[in-house]
Amino acid sequence: MSTKVLIEAQNLLVQFNQQVIFRDLSFTIDTGDFFCIVGPNGSGKTTLLRVILDELTPTAGKIQRYLTNDQIGYIPQFRNIETDFPLSAQAFVELKLQQRFWPWLSYGERQQVHQALGAAHLIAKKNLRLGQMSGGEKQRAYLAQAIVNQPQLLILDEPTASLDVAAKYEVMNVVQSLNRQGTTVIFITHDPQLLEKYGTKTLQLGDKDKNATI
Amino acid sequence: MLQYEFMQNAAIVATVISILCGVIGVFITARHLSFLTHTMSEIGFSGASFGLWMGWTPLNGMLLFTVLSALAAGTVNKNRPLKSTAISLISAFFMGLGVLFLSISQASSSYATNILFGSIVGISRADVVQISVIAVLELTVILLIYRPLKFDFFDPLGAQSGIRFSGSINLVFLIMMSLSVSMVSQIVGALLVFALLTLPAAAAQFWGKTVHALIGWSILFALLGTWLGLALGYWTNLPVTFFITTIESIIYLIAWGSSKLKQAL
Repeated sequence: MSTKVLIEAQNLLVQFNQQVIFRDLSFTIDTGDFFCIVGPNGSGKTTLLRVILDELTPTAGKIQRYLTNDQIGYIPQFRNIETDFPLSAQAFVELKLQQRFWPWLSYGERQQVHQALGAAHLIAKKNLRLGQMSGGEKQRAYLAQAIVNQPQLLILDEPTASLDVAAKYEVMNVVQSLNRQGTTVIFITHDPQLLEKYGTKTLQLGDKDKNATI
Repeated sequence: MLQYEFMQNAAIVATVISILCGVIGVFITARHLSFLTHTMSEIGFSGASFGLWMGWTPLNGMLLFTVLSALAAGTVNKNRPLKSTAISLISAFFMGLGVLFLSISQASSSYATNILFGSIVGISRADVVQISVIAVLELTVILLIYRPLKFDFFDPLGAQSGIRFSGSINLVFLIMMSLSVSMVSQIVGALLVFALLTLPAAAAQFWGKTVHALIGWSILFALLGTWLGLALGYWTNLPVTFFITTIESIIYLIAWGSSKLKQAL
């Protein structure tokens, strides 16, 4: 597979009310990358994601995106699914399908949902209520929803933070196999082991004067 | 009993409103907005009395006030619900205003009872037409925004990056909700809009696992309550509102109990 540039950032600066979140940040994300963003709390990881998602304009610097928001699957850090949430995992995944107008799904859309659930290893549990699922299963359901439109880029904001070891690797293996099939991944984490095991590029945030440039 | 025109009117309105509540209620419970509907119906009470004072129908006064309240609520950040003190203030102020309008319009006290507790058998043919037209319009609007609405209400955080116009979807829904509050008040009264707007949809959550199933159960539960309630009210001469609220409560308890039982087994 030939690689091409998906996102290119040059000398990004973000500041809120004179407070610098990060400065001089330059990096390139190519197709097929497993791009990890690390750094302590408050170092601007989620802020950087918002810049990448085009929700926030950097104070200075340039960012080029060679893809549209529709080609990005994003899993936010906090998802408040309560135990009494009524929808099944499958119905939850279906929520993301917004291309067509009619309330019912087309044959193609049902196929997409089935594929996404399969990739997340949730076929057997697709009719269980999301609210009753374990943390790892929930996280895989979020993953299935994020990939239902077959995005080129998958962005995960600390998806394994609250999971036990087994559940964590189950989620990560799903992400890794998507990455091997060609999906580019941006992955925010605190976990050095995951970084070592899965990452192909790392962006270290935190030192406000000297950010690593890749 | 359907040979009487007032019963025909009541049956048509009960059916139309049950379908509407079944649909709207599912989204209200998804976003935990039931207390907002209650506040809106109290605002609606003052709107109805304002209507009486102006010489309009109570329904028109109510529609005006609730829609205005929806527009006001739409400007509030949807992720930060109103504080309970703010809600108490709004409720108290508008209920007080309602009492004032009732008093200065010199309406008989039965009007107050009708507005607060419903008077489905007092509904005129003109009301039937107006309510049906608004209901059909509302259901059409819901159909038009169905997919983004579903996403935004069942998974607001996921929808943030997934759909555009999330703010306007929210506002459109609030307006649809306010119209429904006014119309439901015609059946069960401003104080009991819960009975049809929230209870059937809340009961449906125990059985439905997809949005379609939730809507289906919720419509069925609402219809059961209004039809049975109407018939029982006709046979016993006791208030229809009483039967509807009781039936909906029983349905909720059965649905809740059955899901507990299933978990235990």
